[in-house]
Amino acid sequence: MAEVLVLAEHSGGDVKKVTLELLTLARQFGEPAVVWAGEGAADGQPRLAEYGAAKVYVADGSDFTDYVTAPEAELLASLVTETSPAAVLLASTGQNKEVAGRLAVKTSSGMLCDAVGLVAQDGKIVAEQSVFGGATVVHSAVKTGTPIVTVRPNSVAAEPAPGAAELSAVSLSLSDAAKSAKVTEKIVQETGERPELAEAAIVVSGGRGVGSADGFAIIEKLADSLGAAVGASRAVTDAGWYPHKFQVGQTGTTVSPQLYMAIGISGAIQHRAGMQTSKTIIAVNKDPEAPIFELADFGVVGDLFQVVPQLLEDIQKRSGS
Amino acid sequence: MNIVVCVKQVPDTWAERKLKPSDATLDRESVDGLINELDEYAIEEALQIKEAHGGEVTVLTMGPEKAAESIRKALSMGADKAVHLLDDALAGSDVLQTSYALAQVLGSIGFDLVVLGAESTDARMGAMAAMLAERLGVPQLSLASKVEIDGTAITIHRQSEDGYWKVAGDLPAVVSVVEKINEPRYPSFKGIMAAKKKPMQVMSLADAGIDPSLVGLANAATEVVDFAERPPRQSGTIVKDEGDGGNKAAEFLATSKFI
Repeated sequence: MAEVLVLAEHSGGDVKKVTLELLTLARQFGEPAVVWAGEGAADGQPRLAEYGAAKVYVADGSDFTDYVTAPEAELLASLVTETSPAAVLLASTGQNKEVAGRLAVKTSSGMLCDAVGLVAQDGKIVAEQSVFGGATVVHSAVKTGTPIVTVRPNSVAAEPAPGAAELSAVSLSLSDAAKSAKVTEKIVQETGERPELAEAAIVVSGGRGVGSADGFAIIEKLADSLGAAVGASRAVTDAGWYPHKFQVGQTGTTVSPQLYMAIGISGAIQHRAGMQTSKTIIAVNKDPEAPIFELADFGVVGDLFQVVPQLLEDIQKRSGS
Repeated sequence: MNIVVCVKQVPDTWAERKLKPSDATLDRESVDGLINELDEYAIEEALQIKEAHGGEVTVLTMGPEKAAESIRKALSMGADKAVHLLDDALAGSDVLQTSYALAQVLGSIGFDLVVLGAESTDARMGAMAAMLAERLGVPQLSLASKVEIDGTAITIHRQSEDGYWKVAGDLPAVVSVVEKINEPRYPSFKGIMAAKKKPMQVMSLADAGIDPSLVGLANAATEVVDFAERPPRQSGTIVKDEGDGGNKAAEFLATSKFI
């Protein structure tokens, strides 16, 4: 059975949830084989075994922290040549879409980005994509080369399956071209304890209705009570009330969580583009005509500064009991 | 410095965008097109680099005739000249083919620096800068929130999930920019008038040395199997807050097992 290569997302030995989701998807097309770039494979191995990885190709060393995207692309390209996999799956991050692009060029293969589902159909791997801000659902397939697909977090629930996750060291001698863009420094800005926006199972977002930077504290409080990530509409980030990297929407991050709470967000089409595929949507807005209510599974028409504190109190009561 | 800015004409994100039932390609006729929003930031950055270091800014686009609208916008902002890769055989090209076609043009017109917006609002793949860097064999300096050039050395701040990375390389290079890098200028009346007189070169596949068997819908590496408009979400429960809106929301969360 052909292998399906899954590029691991990890921080040190900590395997990210999306990788377990990709392993779950990979099973239906072949034998899942993880490609581990960087340090920590031995620490991550048990988790990968638990989710059905048959093999773990490990390339450690500093190349992956010193250079940008080209090392991962060269590693994957050499494995594609060597093992002729049925597909290569990557988590849809900004960085990985670039890796996928380079890999597509190197292997003359078709690439599909931002899949929200993958199925086998007539011997092809068919990716479901949600385009134009979620208004259209497209099923696409790769015709040429090895299918390279980036998959959005939360596309599937990760399901355990037994696997050997046998570690196999791969040596990589990087080309000069891959070393032409060198990382000289990494600046980590404070992220706090909250989950990452793109990966989070629950996202609580605030919009113009919060009124000010100070007003945004209530959004953070609600997020923390649910273990959620914080998001913001463009109106908020443009006004400087909350950092730009938390923007959800057409020009920001696209999220597809189990639960999306839109607080004081009217739901302009450009915002909806970034959250429309969320499984459950709750909206709080004082304008009953706000388009966000068209998407909401549950909506409260009212003043968020009345509704949210009461909601918070109830959440605390329920989690306390 | 010879700076080339790649721009893309996209359907207005405020309009209802659709695929054509006949061949599942973008319906460019039924909605207004305009320049991809992030490309305006790319043009602005190119103009600022030119203002600081001298040189010339060339706008490059690939697309049907209407894509010339995006070129005019770029020229009216202050770009010096334009190249329009225009050939019916390009219609329906996917990202792999588009990167090939653009790389061929860039190779033939030459460049010290290529600047792009980090992604387009229609396809949103965000891979073009990396693919061009791969094809052209030059440094990929993408997702930049800041660009600094000193002689032939170029350093950017690359946006990362938890902050930014400083990434350095040497010209020639490919740069893509994110929204927070600058504030694009509005074209002045003078700029709009001047744009009409600026040189615009139309290139065909043959002019750019592009192999016709490597572009176009029929030769694409990917295909659309089927597509459909997303069914509208089932309408949910909307309640008016009568002093118990928060309680009701909490109840919904509990019934849905979120708390």
